[in-house]
Amino acid sequence: MKEETLNHNSFRPGRESADGEAKAIFGFWVYIMSDTLLFAAIFATHAVLHNNTFDGPSAKELVNMTFVLTETLVLLASSFAFGIASTYAHHHNKKNIVLVWISVTFLLGAAFIGMEMTEFAKLFQEGNSWQRSGFLSGFFTLIGTHGLHVTAGLIWMVSVFAQVLKYGLTDRTIGRISTLGLFWHFLYIVWIFIFTLVYLMGVI
Amino acid sequence: MTNNFEVIDERYEASHHAFKSYAIGFVLSLLFTIVPYFLVIKRLFGDQSLILAVVFFAVAQFFVQVVFFLHLHKKSRPRWNMIVFIFTILIVAILVVGSLWVMRNLDYNMTKVFDLNTNEGYMLEKK
Repeated sequence: MKEETLNHNSFRPGRESADGEAKAIFGFWVYIMSDTLLFAAIFATHAVLHNNTFDGPSAKELVNMTFVLTETLVLLASSFAFGIASTYAHHHNKKNIVLVWISVTFLLGAAFIGMEMTEFAKLFQEGNSWQRSGFLSGFFTLIGTHGLHVTAGLIWMVSVFAQVLKYGLTDRTIGRISTLGLFWHFLYIVWIFIFTLVYLMGVI
Repeated sequence: MTNNFEVIDERYEASHHAFKSYAIGFVLSLLFTIVPYFLVIKRLFGDQSLILAVVFFAVAQFFVQVVFFLHLHKKSRPRWNMIVFIFTILIVAILVVGSLWVMRNLDYNMTKVFDLNTNEGYMLEKK
């Protein structure tokens, strides 16, 4: 009943006006906050399980820190590249520059996922899959969930790229760039804590 | 009224301040990633201080991201996005600190039982 009342209001995210865009972006912000809670739960699980290696390898023996640092910097650069795309998008008339920077973001994000896949494949081949120990279950769940988010972000980025290409920089497409930007920066922020709590603290 | 829900400040995003802000955020984030990395790799302090140092840099970088990438401070009042954000941080803290606290207590209480059976508490930290 209450939902229906809401729908009959002028609340139409993503339609007609910049006003609707602002509300849609706020709604997405609330989604990101709930996603933060999901990550918090998985972080807590990892923190509880990180010593339960079941006589298997710990993070110290598995992690190649140079590789992880590179991964981190690639994702940071990707997040920054999207920031640049976003500032140009709000100038309304720099469509091609925006498309270039979205492509740069996409390539860096894809490189990040590629590196993560390589790391996972290596662990798996060495017999250190999620079935090996409680620690590895938590490790794969946390980093896998983040990786899935990044992959979803990449698919979404292709869609936003196509929309900007087709419709140009309208209120609607700029709104979508802003929303994706929030998501993309959020994923890097989650990675800061994976980098610190899983990797850095894992090798201390 | 509707502006209260604004998460992205359009005029700010279009200004050269926004560009500068992303650049500053990028450089600071780079610094706050590389410094703790070298602290850990070169083992500059003892374990306990290293942990404190890397957590400090993570929190610092978190605030850098919130201010310079998300521009959370640039929004209209009453800052609904900020209110939701602070509430979320509170729940995250309860969830993470609470889990660790409860499990540590459980560990402490369970270990005694395991010891009686001359069995190691399975969550004992390895030393």
